[in-house]
Amino acid sequence: MIDGKKVLIIIPAWNEAGSIADVIHEVHRELPGVDVLVVDDGSGDSTSVEARKAGAEVLRLPYNLGVGGAMRLGYRYAADHGYDVALQVDADGQHDPRYVPQLIAVLADADLVIGARFAGVGNYTVRGPRRYAMTLLAVVLSRIARSPLSDTTSGFRAANRRVIELFARAYPVEYLGDTIETVVHVARAGLRVVQVPVAMRARMAGTPSQSVAKATFYLGRAAMVLLLALIRRYEPVPPAPAPAREELHPVGGDGTALS
Amino acid sequence: MRLTILTGVTGLILLVVVVELMRRRQLREKYAALWIVVALLGLPLALFPRLPDAVAGMLGVVNGVSLVLFGGVVFLVLVSIHLSWELSRLEEETRVLAEEVALLRAETAQQRSEP
Repeated sequence: MIDGKKVLIIIPAWNEAGSIADVIHEVHRELPGVDVLVVDDGSGDSTSVEARKAGAEVLRLPYNLGVGGAMRLGYRYAADHGYDVALQVDADGQHDPRYVPQLIAVLADADLVIGARFAGVGNYTVRGPRRYAMTLLAVVLSRIARSPLSDTTSGFRAANRRVIELFARAYPVEYLGDTIETVVHVARAGLRVVQVPVAMRARMAGTPSQSVAKATFYLGRAAMVLLLALIRRYEPVPPAPAPAREELHPVGGDGTALS
Repeated sequence: MRLTILTGVTGLILLVVVVELMRRRQLREKYAALWIVVALLGLPLALFPRLPDAVAGMLGVVNGVSLVLFGGVVFLVLVSIHLSWELSRLEEETRVLAEEVALLRAETAQQRSEP
C-alpha cells in the first residue's frame, strides 16, 4: 500500500538470475508494503528460483514470449487481483525503485507515467542511428500524446487502474510494440501519458546491445512499428474505472511443479 | 490497356487488403512488413509491365514477364518454407503447453488429496 493504493511491481525477467534477487530485495527495502510479481519469460537459468527465494510472486512462462508477452501476463495478473497501480521495472537493476513514489504521485492526474532518461536527470547518452530513432519517436509520440515525451522506449512506467484494464485486454506483444504502441494506444484512447525525469543506473549484470548495424536495424523497425501504431484501429476504452471486482481468473500459487 | 487495368486493380486490392488486415490487428508486424513490400513492388509492375525487360535481357531471360513469373515462383516457395518452419515451431509450443497442463493437473490432484 502506498497512499492507500494497492501497488504491484511487475518485473519481466529473462535469464536474469544474476541480478533479480538484488532488485527484489531493493524494492522491498525501499518500498515496504508493495507486492512484487516476477514474470519469468522462459528463462533457462535459475531466475524463477532466485526470485521466489527473494520473496516475490513468480509466474513462469513455459517458453519465451518476449517482454511484451511477459508484460501482458503481468497486467492480467494486476487486473485480476484488483491492483490500483502497476509499475514495470526492469530486472537488470537499471531502474531505481526510489523514483517509484514520485511516479505514483504523478498518476494523480495522469493515466500512464513514464520514467524518462533524457529529461535532465542522470547522464545517459546514446549516439548514431539509435539516437535518430529516439528523436523520431520523441517528436511523433509527443504530438500524439500532446505532452512532451523524450524517452518513450523506457521500460520504467506506472499505470493506473484504467490503463491496467486496457493492457490486460490488449497489449501489443510484438518487438518494440510494448513501448511505442502502448503509448499511442493509451493516448488515442483519450487517456493522459506523462513523463517524469529519472536517472538510470548502470546494469547490475549483463551488457547493453549497441552496434551500428543493430542500431540502424532498430531505427527501421521503430519507424515501422510507429507507422503501424498510427494506422491501427483501437478499441474504445471502458468508460470509468471499474469497481473492485472478484477474481475472475485467479492466477498464482507457487507453481513449483513448473520447474 | 485492358490488361494494365486488370493487373493494376489487382495490385491495389492486394495493398488495401494487407493494410486493412493490419489495421484490424489480424496480421503480425513481421508478416505485415513482408506483404506491404510485395504489394508496393507489385503495383508499379502491374501498371508498367515492360519495366523489368532491361533487367531480364541482362540475365538472359527472354522478357520481363517471364522474369517476374520466375521471381514470383521462387518467392512463393520461400514463403511456404517459412510457413512450414513457423508451423513446426507452433507445434512444438503446443506440445510444451500440453506438458505444462499435465504437470499442473498432477499437482492440483496431489494438493486436493493431501489436506
